[in-house]
Amino acid sequence: MSTVHPVPAGAETVLSAQGLVMKFGGITATNNVTLNLKKGARHALIGPNGAGKTTLINLLTGVLQPTEGKIILEGRDITELAPYQRVRRGMVRTFQINQLFDTLTPLETLAMTVSQHQGLGGKWWQALGSQKRATERCEQLLEQFHLTGVMAQETRVLAYGKRRLLEIAIALACEPRVLLLDEPVAGVPAGEREELLQTVAALPADVSVLLIEHDMDLVFSFANRMTVLVNGTVLTEGDPDQIANDPRVKAVYLGHGDEINDAMEVASAEGAAA
Amino acid sequence: MTNSPTNSQNLLLQSGRWKLWEYPLWLLALASPFVLSSHALIINEIAIVALFALSLDLILGYTGIVSLGHAAFFGMGAYSAALFAKLVMPDPLLGLAVGMAAAGLLGALCSATILRGTDLTRLMVTLGVGLILMELANKLDWLTGGADGLQGVIMGPLLGQFEFDLSGRTAAWYSITVLLLVFVVARRFVNSPFGATLKAIRDNRLRAMAIGIPVTSRLAVVYTVAAALAGAAGALLAQTTGFASLDVFEFHRSADVMLILVVGGVGWLYGGVVGAIVFKLMQDAISSITPQYWTFWIGLFLVVLVLVGRERLIRPWTWMRRGSMGSKS
Repeated sequence: MSTVHPVPAGAETVLSAQGLVMKFGGITATNNVTLNLKKGARHALIGPNGAGKTTLINLLTGVLQPTEGKIILEGRDITELAPYQRVRRGMVRTFQINQLFDTLTPLETLAMTVSQHQGLGGKWWQALGSQKRATERCEQLLEQFHLTGVMAQETRVLAYGKRRLLEIAIALACEPRVLLLDEPVAGVPAGEREELLQTVAALPADVSVLLIEHDMDLVFSFANRMTVLVNGTVLTEGDPDQIANDPRVKAVYLGHGDEINDAMEVASAEGAAA
Repeated sequence: MTNSPTNSQNLLLQSGRWKLWEYPLWLLALASPFVLSSHALIINEIAIVALFALSLDLILGYTGIVSLGHAAFFGMGAYSAALFAKLVMPDPLLGLAVGMAAAGLLGALCSATILRGTDLTRLMVTLGVGLILMELANKLDWLTGGADGLQGVIMGPLLGQFEFDLSGRTAAWYSITVLLLVFVVARRFVNSPFGATLKAIRDNRLRAMAIGIPVTSRLAVVYTVAAALAGAAGALLAQTTGFASLDVFEFHRSADVMLILVVGGVGWLYGGVVGAIVFKLMQDAISSITPQYWTFWIGLFLVVLVLVGRERLIRPWTWMRRGSMGSKS
């Protein structure tokens, strides 16, 4: 009934957080979190505000060092690696609050990112844009993210929806195998939302995605696996039906239980219509 | 659709291309020591300061590192080149290379200090390094001549052919040529993928890390390069004046070069050149009128520049227009 394809049975684990603990002074923000992301999964991480979702992303990407536990990416322990080294191993994130290069244009931003990814970032004698392979990939991304029309404008003057698209395009320019999306549609006005949702839905199937999101419509139309995080610990994990029918999850979201049901019905109805 | 690849490629390549007006400008600069031979000394000085400011632009304008100790590298280049000429051999080009290498080495060492901390702590560290070097040059008087400066530096002819003359024509031509060569290389440097990653670090260090840019090593490289180029400027000064004194390490040099860059505009490469010309000519003109109070007028100019904005200041015809547009709306 669901619109989303289930995670292929027997898919290998690409990213694994094992027993992660993060303490800030006396506060335990992440408490023994274990999470496995399967290859090609669309895995949602949900939970109320302050559940530790962003802390978990920061641990996975290396912005924070965990107090305990380890992180395995494609079979290799990356717990000690710097953020940029994890990116080189194929794990890339987007940010809840746009983190863009304000004085560069989308074209320059993507050309720079693609060049860096293609191993040209250390070249200082060639001109940016002289590498055909890089510019072609760059144009492809501009097209895919509806940014061709604004590619020559400085990023800081772009509309919020375009900036949000660029935020995700930058991550995709790194050709991730594991993509961490931190609230991709946060704050996007309704009119610009559809464009963004389409691009998120059209992410390559072989990319494994971990999605943090508050928007239940998006979560249930996108995810085929869910983890519920509460007070820094994993409350439960399962496929969308299990989560939607779990009384504990409803209890956590209190009045929001209905919201989950509604979202499920809408998703099923859309699936039937399609 | 078939046009779009060339279009975006063109857009990318545009900023690195030489514009038509640039060729006559540089030809004019190269000809100036001969045309205005009585002003060769100040032309030489402008070229050196422009080179110094250009080196600061690489870290300030393109990478976003504010430094108040850039004179440390200028001074290192000056003393190294002067010592090399005095103790080893008087060839100017080799001396220049030695000055650059010494300053670059110092920059590589100091780059460790700018990788940590916030903007303010970094600022303090750059200032501290400058002060330490000045004091070293002062105390090691058996080598540097201490407070008297390093005197008796005699340079050999340039390329074995051109003697440094008293009018300063050879010196000016030498400095402008070095400036041009550095400018050409720096131009390529900032428009390369490498340069683009520097701008990314400047705009958003967190995101730069999150797309796989090794921020630490990039910063170390650009700081070293900028230090070597500042060293080149210092070496030129020592070689063309035949003298190196503690003044090359002074704090006011670091401050002046930042003012010059602000006057000319950061992140543009020509900013250093424009700033150096404006600053030196103003200094020259005003100090000939009021030798004691010229800094007052420079200060006033800076305040006006910042309040009015550079764009409007160089377009006097827009001053009135702004007012009329305001009344219309």
